[in-house]
Amino acid sequence: MMTLKVNGQDHQIEAEPDTPLLYVLRDDLKLNAAKFGCGLGQCGSCTVMVDGKAVLSCVTPMVLLEGKQVTTLEGLGTISEPAPIQRAFMEEQSAQCGYCIAGMMMRAQALLLRNPKPTDEQIRAEFAPHLCRCGTHMRILRAVHRASRLMDTADASSSTRRSAQ
Amino acid sequence: MKKSGIVAGIVVALLAAGGAAAFAIAWRPAIAAIEPADRQSFSPDLVKRGRELAAIGNCSDCHTVRGGKNFAGGLPVPTPFGVVFSSNITPDPETGIGRWSEEAFRRAMRSGVNRQGQHLYPTFPYDHFTNVSDEDDRALYAFLMTREPVHAPKPENQLSFPLDQRVVVAGWKLLFLRRETYQPDASKSAEWNRGAYLVEGLAHCGACHTPRNALGAERATASFAGGDVDNWQAYPINAQSPAPVPWDADALFAYLRHGVHPDHGTARGPMAEVVSNLSSVPESDVRAIATYMADVFGSPSPERKLRGEAAQAQAKANPQPASDAASGKNATGAAIYAAACASCHESGRQPPYGGINLALSTAVASPDPRNLANIVLSGVRPVEGERSPIMPGFAASMNDEQIAAVLNYLRGRFSEQPPWSDLEKIVADARRSQTAFLQTSARARNAPADPAQRDKP
Amino acid sequence: MNAPVILDRRHVLKGSGALIVSFSLSRAFAEEQATPALSPKPPGSLATSPYLDSWIRIDADGAITVFTGKAELGQGFKTAFQQIAAEELDVPFHVLKVVTADTKLTANEGYTAGSHSTQDSGTAIQNAAAQARALLLAEAARRLDVPAETLKTEDAAVISPNGRRLTYGELVAADMLHVQAQPKSSLKDPASFKIMGQSVPRVDIPAKVTGGVAYVQDLRLPDMVHARVVRPPSYGAQLVECDSSAVEKMPGVVKVVRDGNFLAVVAEKEFAAVKAMNALTVAAKWKETARLPKQDDLLAVLTSGLASHDSVIFERKDPLVTGAKTIEATYTRPYQSHGSVGPSCAVAQFSDDTVTVWTHTQGVYPDRQAIAEMLRMPPANVRCIHVEGSGCYGHNGADDAAADAALIARALPGRPVKVQWMREQEHGWEPFGPAMVTKLKASLGDDGKIADWNFEVWSNTHSMRPGGAGCLLAAQHIEQPFAVPPAKPLPLPEGGGDRNAIPIYTFRNAHVVHHFLPDMPLRISAMRSLGAYHNVFSIESFMDELAALAGADPVEFRLNHLEDSRGREVIQKAAEGFGWRKGQKAPEDRGFGFAFARYKNLAAYCAIASEVEVNRETGRARLVRAVAAVDSGQVVNPDGLTNQIEGAIVQSTSWTLYESVTFDDTRITSIDWQTYPILRFDAVPERIDVHIINRPGKPFLGSGETGQGPAAASIANAIFAATGKRLRDLPLTRKRIKDAIDA
Repeated sequence: MMTLKVNGQDHQIEAEPDTPLLYVLRDDLKLNAAKFGCGLGQCGSCTVMVDGKAVLSCVTPMVLLEGKQVTTLEGLGTISEPAPIQRAFMEEQSAQCGYCIAGMMMRAQALLLRNPKPTDEQIRAEFAPHLCRCGTHMRILRAVHRASRLMDTADASSSTRRSAQ
Repeated sequence: MKKSGIVAGIVVALLAAGGAAAFAIAWRPAIAAIEPADRQSFSPDLVKRGRELAAIGNCSDCHTVRGGKNFAGGLPVPTPFGVVFSSNITPDPETGIGRWSEEAFRRAMRSGVNRQGQHLYPTFPYDHFTNVSDEDDRALYAFLMTREPVHAPKPENQLSFPLDQRVVVAGWKLLFLRRETYQPDASKSAEWNRGAYLVEGLAHCGACHTPRNALGAERATASFAGGDVDNWQAYPINAQSPAPVPWDADALFAYLRHGVHPDHGTARGPMAEVVSNLSSVPESDVRAIATYMADVFGSPSPERKLRGEAAQAQAKANPQPASDAASGKNATGAAIYAAACASCHESGRQPPYGGINLALSTAVASPDPRNLANIVLSGVRPVEGERSPIMPGFAASMNDEQIAAVLNYLRGRFSEQPPWSDLEKIVADARRSQTAFLQTSARARNAPADPAQRDKP
Repeated sequence: MNAPVILDRRHVLKGSGALIVSFSLSRAFAEEQATPALSPKPPGSLATSPYLDSWIRIDADGAITVFTGKAELGQGFKTAFQQIAAEELDVPFHVLKVVTADTKLTANEGYTAGSHSTQDSGTAIQNAAAQARALLLAEAARRLDVPAETLKTEDAAVISPNGRRLTYGELVAADMLHVQAQPKSSLKDPASFKIMGQSVPRVDIPAKVTGGVAYVQDLRLPDMVHARVVRPPSYGAQLVECDSSAVEKMPGVVKVVRDGNFLAVVAEKEFAAVKAMNALTVAAKWKETARLPKQDDLLAVLTSGLASHDSVIFERKDPLVTGAKTIEATYTRPYQSHGSVGPSCAVAQFSDDTVTVWTHTQGVYPDRQAIAEMLRMPPANVRCIHVEGSGCYGHNGADDAAADAALIARALPGRPVKVQWMREQEHGWEPFGPAMVTKLKASLGDDGKIADWNFEVWSNTHSMRPGGAGCLLAAQHIEQPFAVPPAKPLPLPEGGGDRNAIPIYTFRNAHVVHHFLPDMPLRISAMRSLGAYHNVFSIESFMDELAALAGADPVEFRLNHLEDSRGREVIQKAAEGFGWRKGQKAPEDRGFGFAFARYKNLAAYCAIASEVEVNRETGRARLVRAVAAVDSGQVVNPDGLTNQIEGAIVQSTSWTLYESVTFDDTRITSIDWQTYPILRFDAVPERIDVHIINRPGKPFLGSGETGQGPAAASIANAIFAATGKRLRDLPLTRKRIKDAIDA
């Protein structure tokens, strides 16, 4: 039994120490955003943040997470109150099948926290671990730039625009 | 090494040589500039030979920077004396070597002097290139003169006075530049001799793999005893090799040519580019290098052979022998290994696509833990569009303490060597310098792959 | 059945909740609604499912549901169909609910494939909505005793001239929509469109960016268990020994299922299932056979190693025209993988003698048929519900995962079973896009135009669906297996291996042969654009080779052979958008390339101009920018269309520069992203521009597969322009480019 802090809340998790975080998030905590894409650390679909840094949750076993803060996409915002990164992806319509997108967004979020105004070159380098088979890359890049601008503006938290449904 | 000590050394060297002699050494005449050569004037065969030699010489590794054009220079090379930037060796007339005659080029390779007569910093390893034959210099010249000219001025070196005065290099050369370190050995095979010529010359293996003295020159009595590249260790590649399984000529050939060997692992880090270049040169040249280096490694002692066989046996054992994980100190490391590493490193899938069994890993067996720390931190990145290994990096999910714990565990479980010390500090340092290396170095353009698949699309 | 509907039928019941009751009766056997309509047929899928209430349901409380037999694959169909229905019904967009492919609820529209969805389902919904609106107007007219022409519809209500408002909910009555569609509808004038033609944000994206339930992987049913299959290591491998006793005792393991060569393990928790699968994999011993062909010899394998059925699929002769200069070329394509980022997944639950399967199959009805056959059950007892998976790009492992889930669920009646494929399983077992060879030969006349054209294509079928149980892996592996049905070619005009083999250009002499190869050494099926990817790559590369022979500009050369006016416009638009100039010169180390095709010669038109940079030292080709023009008829959602074309270009760049399945004599060896690399961010172009030519009022033309072929040829042509070297063997890898440059 260990305590796992996810999105600001403590959870008591009964899982073997070698259980990858991805399975705890999905199977124990019923969170959907982080996805199983390969389980091998090759595709980025499982990306979440641990202590503010992007990690591949499929190769991050529970034994590493004592005392650390896990943040998933669900912890950033909701449909009615989306975070800037979520607004940006909705406004740019940055998805086709969308399966890779949650991982992309967490990577973007971690990047923007570190580097609020990344260049195109920096974003591409940062996203090296991520695959998108549908070819949505152009929009993903645009969404990251957009999120950077949104985070910059004073009213970044208001969500009166077309993003909400 | 303090700057004052270096300066003192150089001054002494100059004085020792006597005034006139010193002047003769320090001052070199300019060689007249030429009109850029007509590309058509070089025979395709010569250019092709030059291309192969440039690959053996690994020119692109220093003279091409990520995001930059081929051979246009600009790579920052950190040295203990400051940062030296590589020069533009495209045939651009203004910022490259387009106005260099073949004689000027040969002089640069032979003695480390540019066309204008200035001494080149020995970051350009002319202490090795001095061994390159005239014929090979001609081919290299033909190759470089037929590259695409790129207008790219070289950034200013970041050296402080007096090291930024090139004349200082004259003293260094006086002390350390030995002509023709390579001499053919009639008692050895042609293949060995070819390998010696290439290794001591163009391939300049010792530039990374030989330790340097305080003045930055290779220590002649410690050839191939190991060196540093950025924050990576270039392993000793002589009898002091820490590899669990001793290297032989076949293993060397496979590794250098294909970038992978099941008993030794995959060539990544700074070696990736070298191997990527060697994949395109004639096989016979790689065989020659392997033959010569096998001799440098020397035949392993019977005891070393036995240890190597034991390591191979441990790697093959299925299931893997149980570890002493119960002991408190290693419990965390054991748990992390079991959870994060074993699924790839004990999968039974061979390198390059399966993690090497760590009983066979030189990084684990080496007295220096930096390479292992680097790999655990940043993993192994795929080569664009090529079949190549991918290992996730753990910099973000493991803190220094956790990485140190797993490194300790690996050392204890997979090697017979004494434990490392100061691991947390080494990991912290590696974390910082990894970021720099990964951001500036040009990446390998080819990839090690299963040899059977190498030539497949 | 019913006579053609008369708009002023008298026997409609007054608006009440009765609709729901009668509706649910007619809903229960939705398939039975698929009575082919009387001639002349109504448009789109209405021809096979003519009852309006197969498509539109209006409840007394005002809730309006749109039904489609197609599936949302990430192309934005749910949104597009919602737009179409909202427009024609005059209902606010957000009021509608869209229900997608479900064998219990929706029409049988076969597969969401072939770029048919907007053409077939969109058209059906458009017309059904328009006719439903007409019926509502007629009913309102009857009740208000005014002529229908004086009424208008707005906001889900009928408004009379004096302001009287009757909501659709109030108007609707039992069976009002249970009428067959008319062949013609009174559709809205495109000039008046308020929702169609707008870039309405996709309805599925909000959940996807906030962690909502969006995929079959997110389904969590009460009492659900997790299953993992242990697949054989190669085609035809036999399970000779498997001592699963230790695995059965592992913590959390519920059951080990073994049926012949089908082996699976079920556990309460997901990671426990993974660990059990790993242990079971070690315990399973297989006997394998070396039976795969030589990977680097596919040209010979396809053109002489396998038996072929040859047919001339197009012939045109003009003996008065002969060619002076002749060239020929052979183009090849390896097996390529769908490479879905999310490996296939399905959930199934048995309840008494019925089973429900939640699956991301492209075809719920055919998959149901196949699963029913495998389980030896009546199809009516099997329900397949489409839930999104990750992009499938054709026939990936989805259908098989559904079968796996159903088979395992049968061993655990009552409990929902979720089967998740592993990465290696998806890569190793999905049906690939088939390897292909094309041989082209053409002559130029003295007038610089193509005088004769010969095209031959060798290919397997490009679809093993529908095919019954024999097409399901599980069914092939169980103790009493089902045989893989004989492969059949897909008929023209759509075709499979011969899709887009017939040129759209006008050639005075032309001869096109399809060498259909029934034997499939590797498992294959439909992959996005089917044969069109390679056929268009070949044709459009060869057109450039001929243009060079003629000394002509590639764009001008194409226009000189193309009569189709919409095609011409698309070509001109792309060229103009790119800045294409005759005799242009690209920057150093770069080249410009152009290509064009009309998908299937029936669907959307697409032309692409690209700029590619080639590094002469490394052979690396990089797409710098691309400009596309597309004509997809009446555009429903411009942003959705742009998204599809951008995606097609990036995806095709990956296929074209990097991708090939690898195998030795026994096993598939490209089993993860290390061994089957696809495009990453370091190869994404700097810019893609998509120009849409909207054709208001024209039929919808499928656009999901129109970009891939032109993108490939455009890149190959640009590489030629940059290096002077023509590459004809896909993929155009670094090594191939470097060897060509060095040669």
